[in-house]
Amino acid sequence: MAWYVTKRLFYAVLILLGVTFITYFLMYLIPADPARQIAGRSATVEVVANIRHQLGLDLPFYQQYLRYLGNLLQGDLGRSYVQRSQVSDLMAARIGPTLQLMAAGIGVELVIGITLGIVAAIKRNSALDRMLMAFSFIGVSSPHFIAAMLALYFFAVKLGWFPLGGYGGIEHLLLPAITLGVLGSGWYSRMVRSSMIDVLHQDFIRTARAKGLTRVRVLLRHVLPNAIIPVIPMIGIDIGIFMSGLVVVESVFGWPGIGQLAWQAIQQVDIPIIVGVTTLSAVAIVVGNLIADIAVLFVDPRIDVKHS
Amino acid sequence: MQKILKGFALAALAAAISGAVQAQDTPKPGGDVIVTYQNDVATLDPAIGYDWQNWSMIKSLFDGLMDYEPGTTNLVPDLAERYEISDDGLTYTFHLRHGVKFHNGREMTAADVKYSLERTVNPKTQSPGAGFFSSIVGFDEASSGATTTLSGISTPDDYTVEITLSAPDATFLHVMALNFASVVPKEAVEKWGPDFGKHPVGTGAFKLKDWALGQHLTFVKNDDYYRQGIPYLDQIDFQIGQDPNVALLRLQRGEVDIAGDGIPPAQFLQFKNDPDFQKLMVVGDQLHTGYVTLNVTMPPLDNLKVRQAINMAINKDRIVRVINGRATPANQPLPPAMPGYDKDYQGYPYDPEKAKALLEEAGFGDGFDTELYVMNTDPQPRIAQAIQQDLSEIGIRAQIKSLAQANVIAAGGEEDQAPMIWSGGMAWIADFPDPSNFWGPILGCEGAVPGGWNWAWYCNEKLDAEADAANAMVKPDQQEARAERWGEIFTTAMDDAPWVPIFNEQRYTVHSARMGGEDALYVDPVHVPVNYDYIWVK
Amino acid sequence: MTLLMALLKRKSVALSLLFILIVVVAAVFAPWLAPYDPTEQFFDGLTIEGAPLPPNSDFYFGTDLLGRDLLSRIIYGARTSLIIGVVSNGIAVIIGTLVGVTAGFVRGWTGSLLMRFTDLMMSFPALLLAIALAAILRPSLWIVALVIAMVNWVQIARVIYSETISIAAKDFVAVERTIGASSLRILFSHLLPHLLPTILVWATLGISTTVLLEATLSFLGVGVQPPMPSWGNIIFESQTYFTSALWLVLFPGVAIIALSLSFNLVGDALRDELDPTLKGRL
Repeated sequence: MAWYVTKRLFYAVLILLGVTFITYFLMYLIPADPARQIAGRSATVEVVANIRHQLGLDLPFYQQYLRYLGNLLQGDLGRSYVQRSQVSDLMAARIGPTLQLMAAGIGVELVIGITLGIVAAIKRNSALDRMLMAFSFIGVSSPHFIAAMLALYFFAVKLGWFPLGGYGGIEHLLLPAITLGVLGSGWYSRMVRSSMIDVLHQDFIRTARAKGLTRVRVLLRHVLPNAIIPVIPMIGIDIGIFMSGLVVVESVFGWPGIGQLAWQAIQQVDIPIIVGVTTLSAVAIVVGNLIADIAVLFVDPRIDVKHS
Repeated sequence: MQKILKGFALAALAAAISGAVQAQDTPKPGGDVIVTYQNDVATLDPAIGYDWQNWSMIKSLFDGLMDYEPGTTNLVPDLAERYEISDDGLTYTFHLRHGVKFHNGREMTAADVKYSLERTVNPKTQSPGAGFFSSIVGFDEASSGATTTLSGISTPDDYTVEITLSAPDATFLHVMALNFASVVPKEAVEKWGPDFGKHPVGTGAFKLKDWALGQHLTFVKNDDYYRQGIPYLDQIDFQIGQDPNVALLRLQRGEVDIAGDGIPPAQFLQFKNDPDFQKLMVVGDQLHTGYVTLNVTMPPLDNLKVRQAINMAINKDRIVRVINGRATPANQPLPPAMPGYDKDYQGYPYDPEKAKALLEEAGFGDGFDTELYVMNTDPQPRIAQAIQQDLSEIGIRAQIKSLAQANVIAAGGEEDQAPMIWSGGMAWIADFPDPSNFWGPILGCEGAVPGGWNWAWYCNEKLDAEADAANAMVKPDQQEARAERWGEIFTTAMDDAPWVPIFNEQRYTVHSARMGGEDALYVDPVHVPVNYDYIWVK
Repeated sequence: MTLLMALLKRKSVALSLLFILIVVVAAVFAPWLAPYDPTEQFFDGLTIEGAPLPPNSDFYFGTDLLGRDLLSRIIYGARTSLIIGVVSNGIAVIIGTLVGVTAGFVRGWTGSLLMRFTDLMMSFPALLLAIALAAILRPSLWIVALVIAMVNWVQIARVIYSETISIAAKDFVAVERTIGASSLRILFSHLLPHLLPTILVWATLGISTTVLLEATLSFLGVGVQPPMPSWGNIIFESQTYFTSALWLVLFPGVAIIALSLSFNLVGDALRDELDPTLKGRL
């Protein structure tokens, strides 16, 4: 177990190293000159050269990257070219709203996904089942930007049930969280449904029923806990998909999170922020997967560590 | 002096209505207002901030030696009480006001002025405005980092600043009114280092009270402001990250007082045609021209006839319609509100037939393939497509390259990259109301260098010499002649057709019914976008 | 044929296939079907104030912000979506299969290196990666297709990898090995035929992901270049108008969702049919 976790941690670090390298390299290739951006339109060639030197942009790529890594190890993500602040400060100011939205969004996903999955499994092959599964498919087939715009139009502009975007109380959180949640719930409901059906067919359930336990009791005590196990690693994978959705949903709803920061930075080619956000997302994905994998070990003793 | 409000029928009507109402009431102090912006306020460091949303915020937190009368482009002394210019135009002596205090309570003195200018020029500050101060003696040494002081600035006593220039510069007083020339206290700058922009300390009408990055900023009234009774407002809350459309809807619901990004195109017609909101809408001229650069070094655009043909091929009226009439068609580089604008100049007419004939003469009867670069945020790609369609009418097949702003700017700065660039979204909005600002960097030889902003790569040494001569006319009684001379420089340049001037954009903004103050304050040409110091709540 | 018949028995799949067929026909015969040239900016396609026209008898789907016929743009946009869907997903499937099979079959250092790289790509926020690539490579139709493929192959590689391993572990492969069959022979005579169903399923499901990603990239302004219409960039160009001209978002939006949904449903049904053990469950 300890060996397994160590090995996974080692891989996680390697992956993060790879992510920073690739991102940094891609940014290095972008045909835009940050020094010129900083220097402004009144700058002379000498001023631009001076700034380029100060930022170390005149160094060869590997030196720039090593410098970045060195700073990263000390917790220094660099300074934004456009915002002129520490990238870590900018991200710290926005991580809270993003975590809020993510927690709420994944919460909605799980509630909708698991509920629909259970109902569909119990009523399998009925019209209700088919309808629910069709609904889950529409969710996963819709791009976030369309869903977000339509939700904003109908529920905020036309019906006035929710505020028109922005950040603040629970009323601001609901609409973006529901948008994210509904779209993401499809995978969960399908997975819960199939794993429920799996479990329902297993011997110990038949035994439990034969022992005379009520249907509801069997469902809650025996079927559900077993059926939910595959959902756990799914959450880990979901974090990555979620990050992409956040960029769009935060922009449409004006939610002051990491996604909005990333999108602004991409438009302004603010490289330190782009690298910072990508690294942070990668950390979230890697850590999410790690936690999910380890959590499954505790929940499900059947998994054999040596072979995973 | 030039008129600020253009005689747009609608605007005149709106002004007439609101003017009649406002004539009765006078400004009164007090009140909190809410202002929204979409993009982050990057920094409030006056040496660095250069964005739409932070420009007038910085002006409200800081002061410089010079400023403008509210809502106009008339230069007036600010922290300087008065100034003198030597006969040779090389020495400016500023006499400072007594008793002006920084937000930290210390009195502002001549040493602060010197320090602030030297800080902006110092390459370590990485100021985008350093280049404006190049006429001060000692600039080259300071800007190369060899020294941290400007030898051209001296402080004979605590209330006198003498600045010596290396050549006469008629724009120097404008430069001293730029944000980059704002006076900052050394101790606060040194305390916060590179984070001074997050903890600004100035002498301005407002103080920063609170800033949640990416969410909101709160400005409160500076009770010690040197101008009695200013500002009128007690507090301004800036809410950041608000989509302009959402901001407008919130304004309609009374949740917002000023939509800082103005009226987005989508809601413009709705507002314009709604009697309730018509009178809250304000229109103003910007010192802005939207143009297409024609790279004069890249064939076939190196052929004058081709460039003239392109000038005649584009239907500017239709483009103005595509953006809902929020602009007026342009025929020369200078915007109408700029001194030197030649209102008698006719420019190139819209004449596709003639354009085709010119192409034929140039040997491109079958047209040619080229590229049109454009920034990738709405409405720029749309405008580019309108231009593309017009060009295709005369046989020019322009492929659109829609890229992020920084990438377009990078492409424009290379001599053989971008044949044509539509300037929208990156267009030249003058830094100060003087025609010279529209020349050097964007049409003069100094800008036609790698990484420069002269994307047409147009370099006419004769006109550059003319420009230098015009800039040397510093005497007040020469100003009219100077403006005329500048006007001629631009219309002469148009003979070479390095640009297609497309339109001069107007700014449409809106404020809630409870806001008072002249319309011009809400579309202030210098305190862009809004002059917060003089607006008030009814 | 029997497969097709089995698929057609499901109403949702039959409807999906019908919709896909309509989109294919629209894409192929766009010049004949579209009422107007999709790039022509009509003078009377805008009101005198420059507003787009709502659906009317001249322009059935209304006009866009440049006065172009929205219906024609959507019909031509089907081309963009399909080309990217097929080409980009095709590349992704090829790369994914190559990587997955190689890693699963060769194992050892090469295999684990390939799979570690796949893990690395999995940890990348896909959209950020795609945007960064699009910004570097200067968007065009083919570049967008390539960028999406670069992002999408990863999942396929993972699935193919685990399939390959499970097939390779089966008895008949071991027997082949002991009787001295060459690796290539095993690869072509056993592995690929067994992998084919999985590849087919992913080739179908992947189109759905690809269509969505193309739309999102175009919506962010880093996708297909104007004036070439794509369902995503139609929405991008009209996004600020969506509160006053909903049709500009609604029509292309519904088209994107319907196409993506159709491929998802067909892919899902394929998986059911081709993998009997899963039948009726997933």
